[in-house]
Amino acid sequence: MSSISVNNIKRNYGKVEALKGVSFEVEKGEIFGIIGPDGAGKTTLFRILTTLLLADSGEAKVDGNDVIKEYKDIRKKVGYMPGRFSLYQDLSVEENLKVFATIFNTTIEENYHLIEDIYKQIEPFKKRRAGALSGGMKQKLALSCALIHEPTVLFLDEPTTGVDPVSRKELWIMLKKLKKEGITILVSTPYMDEASLCDRIALIQDGEFMKIDTPENIVNAFDSELWSVKSSNMSGLLKDLRANNKIITSFAFGDTHHVTVKGLSVEELKSYLVGKGHTSIEINSIKASIEDCFLELSKSS
Amino acid sequence: MLRYLIEKEFKQIKRDSFIPRLIFMLPIVAMIIFPYAANFDVKNINLSIIDNDKSSYSQSLIQKVQSSGYFRISNVSDNYSEAMESVESDESDLILEIPLNFERDLVKYQKADLMISANAVNGNKGGLGSAYLANIIAEYNGAIRMEHLKIVDNVSIPNMELIPLYRYNPTLKYEVFMVPALLIMILAMVCGFLPAFNIVGEKQSGTIEQINVTPVKKWTFILSKLIPYWIIGYIVLSIGMLIALLYWGLEPLGSLALIYFFATLFIIAFSGFGLVISNYATTVQQALFMMFFFVLTFIFMSGLYTPVANMPPWAQMISNFSPLKYIIEVLRLVYLKGSNLSELRTQLIALISFAVVFYGWAILSYRKTE
Repeated sequence: MSSISVNNIKRNYGKVEALKGVSFEVEKGEIFGIIGPDGAGKTTLFRILTTLLLADSGEAKVDGNDVIKEYKDIRKKVGYMPGRFSLYQDLSVEENLKVFATIFNTTIEENYHLIEDIYKQIEPFKKRRAGALSGGMKQKLALSCALIHEPTVLFLDEPTTGVDPVSRKELWIMLKKLKKEGITILVSTPYMDEASLCDRIALIQDGEFMKIDTPENIVNAFDSELWSVKSSNMSGLLKDLRANNKIITSFAFGDTHHVTVKGLSVEELKSYLVGKGHTSIEINSIKASIEDCFLELSKSS
Repeated sequence: MLRYLIEKEFKQIKRDSFIPRLIFMLPIVAMIIFPYAANFDVKNINLSIIDNDKSSYSQSLIQKVQSSGYFRISNVSDNYSEAMESVESDESDLILEIPLNFERDLVKYQKADLMISANAVNGNKGGLGSAYLANIIAEYNGAIRMEHLKIVDNVSIPNMELIPLYRYNPTLKYEVFMVPALLIMILAMVCGFLPAFNIVGEKQSGTIEQINVTPVKKWTFILSKLIPYWIIGYIVLSIGMLIALLYWGLEPLGSLALIYFFATLFIIAFSGFGLVISNYATTVQQALFMMFFFVLTFIFMSGLYTPVANMPPWAQMISNFSPLKYIIEVLRLVYLKGSNLSELRTQLIALISFAVVFYGWAILSYRKTE
């Protein structure tokens, strides 16, 4: 049985179509990533699955329960960590955790084993008010609160946005551990580099899933020739690359530009760029990343 | 569960650096200071006098005006335009002009004219001031007539005198009228505003979402928001009544239990109104403004300051929709007149209706926005 099963979910906000009919299945104990830019519909999907929002049409089941008819059952057994820090800022770390433990009719002690690894790190500050914590500590507390009732499914909406690199890494280690406990995790992120940490991912853009697969398969399915190009004049370079009709796509990628080409050799491109007055040109053939796949897919759709 | 959530609310209220102090400052300030400020007795009216006659009659009239206690002679002018200037510079509120030959005309023809001009920018002061002044002049007139008639023939003339008896507030003290009403204003603030802001605050900070994804039932959550403020409401009401007793010497003639009973009804009804607001507002700012709009309307339409009977018919109609009107009536009646429950049936029905309407509305509007 799938842990999460979504069938053609649609949701509009007035005239804006936030979700244009998405379907997917998540297996028990799987880390499933929803990868996409801001405004793609990630949060809307999460709110529907956590019974906070009604879909206009379509069906969804979480841990075997329908999100509309059996929302009460779902609320008992899922953990939700919204993108925005939503704990009581005027209560201390310990008090927040106690609130959520009590609401779920459990105690901190009972499920301490689940949160131990992560809570240990913020325990020295347990008397501190949640509002006075740093971004990374807030996330750890929020995750602890979402886990305190031993949920079967965990929803994490952009858990790493605004969190320092070390805390991000720790969070992902934690998620791998929870997976071992059999907890299904649905996680969204705008960071493409986190995609490879998921078992499977869905690439979402403008309310539609462009692709659902394992990160490896998605990367392997990238069949165009991909180069990274560098020169001394990067902004002029992008313009010149786009002007060449043998270059299909070209995107700025940190300190290089990534281009896909058709019927063009490295030497030909180099001489073309020299002709345009570029110096210290570097062209390397590279393996595609998730981000390259995402951009390629969004270009074609 | 509910008990634990209420505990949590109290913890949060206590932790707030501002609200607990405000809750106790409010009744003290409102009950001790407001009655002095919200006093419609007009005193210290600045009067400009133009005495063109300068006779003994005009002098004694001026003396009579001065000794009334309501007026302060701010200046004595030679002509009207000079007096007008003093009004324009806000030095005087009222002008009394005594014409030339005032004494002569009065003695000779038994008739003389006086002119009163009032600055009606503050309509209340102008209106009441000229009324007081007219009264004093009439009294003076009566005294002169008596004197003259006595001289003419020594026959006593039939004279009618009215002695008004002010029931329930014999000395016509404005405070007595205001204090019970102010108690309600405080209650409205604590039980209407605060829970509404609290709920909207949770909405704004997103914590309500987090709670919604838990098995906590909606009503448990809402009650956990209301009950703490109901309790605080009782405390504040009791403090207010204590101040009324100790500071103003005002003791309810009716039963204390009746006051608490009606206060409970009002607290429940008005916090229901707060819930309605909290459903429509998404930010505390919006809630604050909505509350302000309605509460201001409710207060002005309630008869707190001006008697409902003084309002035009359409405004009286609107005033029927102010829950504050009924509870203020109750408090005044119980405090000053000692009314019992059977005499307050209208108010009882009205407040129950308000509670039903507000909660019904709150439930409906909540479903709609979900």
